[in-house]
Amino acid sequence: MAQEYLEFEKPIAELEKKIEELTLFTSSGNIDLEEEILKLHKKSDQLRAEIYSRLSPWQKAQISRHPNRPYTLDYIEAILTDFIEMHGDRAFADDPAIVCGMAKLEGMPVVVIGHQKGRTTKEKIFRNFGMPNPEGYRKALRIMRFAERFNKPLITFIDTPGAYPGLGAEERGQGESIARNLAVMSQLKVPVLTVVIGEGGSGGALALGVADRILMLEHSTYSVISPEGCAAILWNNGSKANEAAELLKITAQDLFQLKVADEVVEEPIGGAHRDPRRAAELLKEAISRNLAEIRNIALPDLIQQRYEKVRRLGMFDEL
Amino acid sequence: MAWFKKERPEKLGSEAPSKKVKIPEGLWVKCDNCKEIIYRKEVEKNFKVCPKCDYHFRISASERLPFLVDEGSFLEVEDGLSPKDFLNFKDYKDKLKSSRKKTGLKDAVISGEARIGGHPVQIVVMDFNFMGGSMGSVVGEKITRAVERAIEKKTPFIAVAASGGARMQEGILSLMQMAKTSAATARLADAGLPYISILTDPTFGGVTASFAMLGDLIIAEPKTLIGFAGPRVIEQTIKQQLPAGFQRAEFLLEHGMIDMIVSRKDMHGTLAKVLEFFSNA
Ligand SMILES: [Zn+2]
Repeated sequence: MAQEYLEFEKPIAELEKKIEELTLFTSSGNIDLEEEILKLHKKSDQLRAEIYSRLSPWQKAQISRHPNRPYTLDYIEAILTDFIEMHGDRAFADDPAIVCGMAKLEGMPVVVIGHQKGRTTKEKIFRNFGMPNPEGYRKALRIMRFAERFNKPLITFIDTPGAYPGLGAEERGQGESIARNLAVMSQLKVPVLTVVIGEGGSGGALALGVADRILMLEHSTYSVISPEGCAAILWNNGSKANEAAELLKITAQDLFQLKVADEVVEEPIGGAHRDPRRAAELLKEAISRNLAEIRNIALPDLIQQRYEKVRRLGMFDEL
Repeated sequence: MAWFKKERPEKLGSEAPSKKVKIPEGLWVKCDNCKEIIYRKEVEKNFKVCPKCDYHFRISASERLPFLVDEGSFLEVEDGLSPKDFLNFKDYKDKLKSSRKKTGLKDAVISGEARIGGHPVQIVVMDFNFMGGSMGSVVGEKITRAVERAIEKKTPFIAVAASGGARMQEGILSLMQMAKTSAATARLADAGLPYISILTDPTFGGVTASFAMLGDLIIAEPKTLIGFAGPRVIEQTIKQQLPAGFQRAEFLLEHGMIDMIVSRKDMHGTLAKVLEFFSNA
């Protein structure tokens, strides 16, 4: 896959291009530039570490949507085994913007549901850019109940710009399909673990995200509205997304502070897209550890705690 | 009948001035829908509904309450909650202040207990005049507490929605109110208690995608705009014009998303009849 660079990654891109050039030069000829290349490698690693240690919320939003970032199916492949995909809501259609199925985590059967974005233009269109229609949420609902029926833990991956704002989506009850999932997930009689792997776009993201544990990858985001949408409302200017991202508090670190996220899962330096294999290793560890913890809690307590967890959220003054 | 009076029901707090929203002061009003000039008293006698075209004017929560509950039965549960600008969000403090001034409310919902047809209920009524009825922490908390009250007192729960959606100014915690209110109604269902959701103009976004669409019975006022995404966003996305009547209550009824459309003047009677059904052992 061709590496794509975000605007603020350009200095890294330039260094890497130079390294590539020198490497080519070395392999084709007489001069040994090994030392020089090594130096540049070091420099580029340093630069990346530096840039990634002081990312702005808007830069994080861009990384969370990075075209090279691993998607749900990438993590399923890297973390789980024996994946069997299940399709359809049994009422209207199969929505490729959400993938569901059975799988195993270190030999243990689990049920998995996640938003799915596409990589190529064709895939993107097929996956509707990861924006589900009601049938996607209803497929997810069916699979949640499947998990409950067979008493298997549920893992969900969140990565969507939001629920699709379309005519058909409204006709088929986009609002109801999201609401139903919130209600059902809050009472689901199996352990539920959610990971925000990329973009957590509003209600369309939340519809897979009422859980006993909510993990967020280090450079993932989760927001009530997109920074662009917020900027359009505040300043009539979508290009002020930078400032809106700052205001909204959308980063994994912000959400950990606000007690929405239970844990921030470290990504490799330079983001999950730089080293998807390592990113998956780190996530697998976090999933296994958290799942083991919630699987240890008696079911009635687990559901009571899940309610209390969501019940606590909100800040206000009280007389 | 006392329902026609403009005053707030006696038992509502006294801090709020009486408010008229879409209907300006004066002897005559212009209908938002048919543009007819109508004698003001006629509109008020008609439940704030246009006598010419049946357009249901947008009304405040306190104007609506007397149309819903038995006369004098509403007892507000104040909760003592007020919103907090915890993100230090641009202009939020000012918006809260001006909304407070405009509506006399602390936030976009009134909560309390009442009787309808003699049946005790817990009821919340949203007010679109308070920051577009947006749902932040206080709205979510008050609705959740009302549902929990219904469970505790074993009464039905009634929610009247009027909202543009989640409140941006409280960021992710507004989004989480969707999960919170939905989880609460799930508990209500678990307790075997009925939930009647009434959708009024307009009901959108995070409110549609949470408690408002979870009623055992969903009732809408005629012509109410109801949706998840706003029509402009949809138009921009699909780059085509939306059909006439799109996202109106009649459209939702046709597509199987709501149980019935009930005129404002018939709402009390309908609720009483429904509650009668639930009250029989
Ligand atoms: Zn009219």
